[in-house]
Amino acid sequence: MRYALLVYETQAGVNERDDPEYQAAYKAYIKAIYEQGVAIGGSGLQDAGTTATTFRLVGGERQIQDGPFADTKEQLAGFFLIDVPDLDKALEWAARCPSTAKGGIVEVRPALEYSNRT
Amino acid sequence: MHPAELAARASYGRLLSILAVRTRDLVGAEDALAESFLAAVTQWPSDGVPQNPEAWLLTAARRRLVDASRRRRARDEKHALLQVSADETADGDFFGDERLRLLFVCAHPAIDAAARTPLMLQTVLGLDAARIASALRVAPKTMGQRLWRAKTKIRDAGISFDVTADELPERSFAVLEAIYAAYGSGWEDVAGRAAASRGLTEEAIWLARLTVRLLPEEPEARGLLALMLFAEARANARRAEDGAYVPLTEQDPSRWDAQRISEAEAILKEAARMGRVGPLQLEAAIQSAHLDARRSGARDEYAVVLLYEALVQLAPTLGVRVAHAVALSKTDGPANGLDLLDTLDPAQINDYQPFWSARAHLLEQLGRLDGARDAYDRAAGLAEEDGVRRWLLAKKRAVEGIAGASDASRGAV
Repeated sequence: MRYALLVYETQAGVNERDDPEYQAAYKAYIKAIYEQGVAIGGSGLQDAGTTATTFRLVGGERQIQDGPFADTKEQLAGFFLIDVPDLDKALEWAARCPSTAKGGIVEVRPALEYSNRT
Repeated sequence: MHPAELAARASYGRLLSILAVRTRDLVGAEDALAESFLAAVTQWPSDGVPQNPEAWLLTAARRRLVDASRRRRARDEKHALLQVSADETADGDFFGDERLRLLFVCAHPAIDAAARTPLMLQTVLGLDAARIASALRVAPKTMGQRLWRAKTKIRDAGISFDVTADELPERSFAVLEAIYAAYGSGWEDVAGRAAASRGLTEEAIWLARLTVRLLPEEPEARGLLALMLFAEARANARRAEDGAYVPLTEQDPSRWDAQRISEAEAILKEAARMGRVGPLQLEAAIQSAHLDARRSGARDEYAVVLLYEALVQLAPTLGVRVAHAVALSKTDGPANGLDLLDTLDPAQINDYQPFWSARAHLLEQLGRLDGARDAYDRAAGLAEEDGVRRWLLAKKRAVEGIAGASDASRGAV
């Protein structure tokens, strides 16, 4: 079953991305999750505060705004799409995510499977 | 946390045990107890906290159980009369034994094995489903459903609360396992700085002491108690001042709790005298050998390997088999340890962090530094605890440093 691991970080966590130790931890995690065929895809994302742009239609009119969709304390910092047998396994991989040691949060979301769609 | 809330938490498991054992209905007992806690929250602030809060809560819950039973009887005359006796007082040793009885009910063979530990943790230790789910790393919703199914089964299938003496030994394994799981959830959280989880390890030790008293002829109960006391004795030494992980081989024995260790040694000896060895006694004996070696400096590696060989026969878990290989590497050399590691099922060790740590360590000893670096990296990628992850990455950097230095010297020649 496919799940998305959505990794949210605080600004403090985002600011620590240049820390070599943190980078080494992430490299090891990414290597492990891909080498075992668990991750199908994903990416880290640049700082939402300085790089996000939002698009929406308001009354049929295009509106492009500087900044993230939701201005919250934690921002979406990256995501993995993984394929594992069940939620327990997905939670195991969430627990290993280095962001959690920096106050980050991992939201585990089952993917919408084709057969579920109407 | 508010003092009243703390008291309520401490009492929950004890009160629930008393109510459930009388009524044979966990769900009903939980509802009644929840209502009495609610009444306390609204009444105590105005009426004052009663002199014996537990007795007050118990009486209030019993009254609700009787009411509920009357309502049910009105609907169904055949419903068995609820046996709630109001004359017992809420004090004394009595509580402890009821908690243990509930523990053995939860270990009934008819209850789903996956539900037994969480059920015991919730009903007897008073942990909430969310905390259990986190400790055992299961989704809270799944855990909630698992617990609900187990509780309704106890009621609907009429699982007996009269655990007879001859049933105790056969169920004791499940009980001991659950107590150990409760301890383990607190142990792992040592890194999590959660003060509440320290209380859980103490609860587990307390329950193990009680099990020893109730099952004086069961050496494994003593084995478990000894094992947990050995682990608890080292709890403070597992972290450096700055929170960094400190492996057993690098711990400072002066930071160990000598009193707990000698108590554990004495209990383990009592168990050994009974002449029936079991996995928990063996694990405790291994702990004992490790601690002894660190304190005396001399180390009987062969004894440790023999203990592991026996343990592999009795309880060949993945963790035991990895530890066996590491122990063997100390008597027969790292190459033999590595050979033993390589006999493990690749599908099982794929994401098992202790395997990769052990493999890295043995490869490093053999001077196979590239392999060691990769294995440390893989172990770090699988680590859940930040302290352990940082320790593994530091080992990886150290191995890279040696490899880099020897490359450089080769280049110079």
